[in-house]
Amino acid sequence: MSFARIALVLMAAGVPAAGWAEQITGAGSTLAQPIYQKWADVSAKATGVTLNYQGVGSGAGIKLIEQRTVDFGASDAPLQHIELVRQSLTQFPTVIGAVDMAVNVPGVSGDALRLTGPVIADIYMGKITNWNDPAIAKLNPGMKLPDLKIAPVYRADGSGTTYVFTGYLAKVSPDFKSQVGVAKQVSWPAGQGAKGTAGVAGAVKNTSGGIGYVESAYATLNHLAVAELRNHDGKFLKPSPAAFAAAAATADWAAADDFAVDMNDQPGAKSWPIVSTTFVLVPTNPKDPARARAVLKYFGWALKNGDKAARELQYIPLPASVKARVMKSWSAVAVQ
Amino acid sequence: MPSNSLSEAAVLAGPARRRGHRFGDILFAGIAQASGLFVLGLLGAIILLLFLGALPAFRAEGARFLVSAAWNPVTDHYGALVSVYGTLVSSVLALLLAVPLAFGVAYCLTELAPGWARRPIGTAVELLAAVPSIIYGMWGFFQLGPWVAAHVQPVLTASLGRVPGIGAVFEAEPGNSSLFVAALVLAVMVLPFIAATMRDVFLTVPVMFKESAFGLGCTKWEVMRHIVLPYTRTAVVGGIMLGLGRALGETMAVTFVIGNTNRISASLFAPGNTIASLVALEFPEADQGSLHLSALLALGFLLFVISFVVLAVSRVLLRPRGRN
Repeated sequence: MSFARIALVLMAAGVPAAGWAEQITGAGSTLAQPIYQKWADVSAKATGVTLNYQGVGSGAGIKLIEQRTVDFGASDAPLQHIELVRQSLTQFPTVIGAVDMAVNVPGVSGDALRLTGPVIADIYMGKITNWNDPAIAKLNPGMKLPDLKIAPVYRADGSGTTYVFTGYLAKVSPDFKSQVGVAKQVSWPAGQGAKGTAGVAGAVKNTSGGIGYVESAYATLNHLAVAELRNHDGKFLKPSPAAFAAAAATADWAAADDFAVDMNDQPGAKSWPIVSTTFVLVPTNPKDPARARAVLKYFGWALKNGDKAARELQYIPLPASVKARVMKSWSAVAVQ
Repeated sequence: MPSNSLSEAAVLAGPARRRGHRFGDILFAGIAQASGLFVLGLLGAIILLLFLGALPAFRAEGARFLVSAAWNPVTDHYGALVSVYGTLVSSVLALLLAVPLAFGVAYCLTELAPGWARRPIGTAVELLAAVPSIIYGMWGFFQLGPWVAAHVQPVLTASLGRVPGIGAVFEAEPGNSSLFVAALVLAVMVLPFIAATMRDVFLTVPVMFKESAFGLGCTKWEVMRHIVLPYTRTAVVGGIMLGLGRALGETMAVTFVIGNTNRISASLFAPGNTIASLVALEFPEADQGSLHLSALLALGFLLFVISFVVLAVSRVLLRPRGRN
């Protein structure tokens, strides 16, 4: 008797809960993993959507969404329009991130060091090999630069960060563009590779004379010494959320197909030079419309209410006009 | 009477029991054979799948794949030379460092060390084998690499680096990651496998042989050299090959310390690359259906071939001398 009553109570409590909680799965970008998980934690109560996200890397994320193994994929590099059409996918940005140059030069305060895109390109191409090179000395008048070999460090694993960084260098250095190129993995003429952002940061820290590119969020959270960079307008800037937001605001979103906007080296006195968005890929013909609805519900909540969480983790929220365009683009997803 | 009825029962039960046995035998033999064939089939399927996946890369690059030092996902040109070179050099160097050390450990544990010391030393060596490879990687990255760069490399560069001819092998820019550091880490990792095998097989040498040799006035070293080593030759080489196999395929620890650079340098202190490390790093971001992915599978296939050749060579080495 009492057992039946308990069972009834359990059913009464369990049935609505089961109907309410929707489970969605996503995979891809490690760069965006912290914010997607944070959004999922914060939004679960409001949306009833729980997220199972695997940070397996952008390339793997694209693979998984093409096979429809997950409900959405996440990639730091945008897919080409033709690829999106062929795979019946739509893509939209979620947050903005920036790339910093972490440096380790003994006797020099890394935060005060000034570099430019062309100089960094020459360092990574092995043309500038010493910290007391005239090209660097000219940017840092009055600074006593040591006679020390430069040890450039790059991401050995395929990475959206490398895509953004090589995209920037190719934009400011024609030599880099023709000799190295832009990709998630390139054939570096100089330096050595390390695994993951933490690996690059560790190698820079470990090697006197080291320089490496890391996501801004990581650099801030780990208090790395990061160089000032010269932007498109010729101003030297320290990396800061305001500088990233300025670059995002000046980017020409209206002209870009599928939001694949190039935010590197944007004009504007306050624009940080190496900035990028991270993207989400959703099928336009989902095999389970209910799950696709849940995915859009989750990202809809994130775009409307997720700015605070994003800032806490050192990401930059999208400009309001871009958010509106993103939500409008979701009409392409057949959720009925 | 009681004994009689008991044997009668045994006679009655006998055939029935044996029939049960026969069925069990057939079943067991079937399962055992199936297991054997399954492993063979599995191995064949893996090789076949790897080869099929690698085919586009072999077609696109041809024989150049084996001799080209290029690895450029931007221009889509791939060659295996750098990673094959790095794999072989780091593994062979690791063995050169580990084998004498392992022999010393085994010799000490079986012949020299006092009884009370053998157990703790033996356990310590075995524990080395239980350390996860990521721990070795981190140790190499944070401790060993910087230490080698600060203390070992300058000394070698200043001394051996000046010797004409072989100088280039020891000359390099200071750096924490290099083939040499990778080989050191690998040496520590394969040491317990080789040492444990050697110790175990040294202990199998019949005491009679050794006592006889001692009786003839042999020294401890002479007993080791002329009695123990010849007796255990096969198993010792087997242990070394086990170590080589582990060194060839080690991924995580090597990734941390080798520098992941796709360039061949004469110097041991320059960063390099290995097959396992390159595949592990690039596989997740290689696009589906791309030549890049196919080239990575081709590298995997090459590693398979290298391991197979190592195994085959060790078999030849292990053939008893008398037969040929």
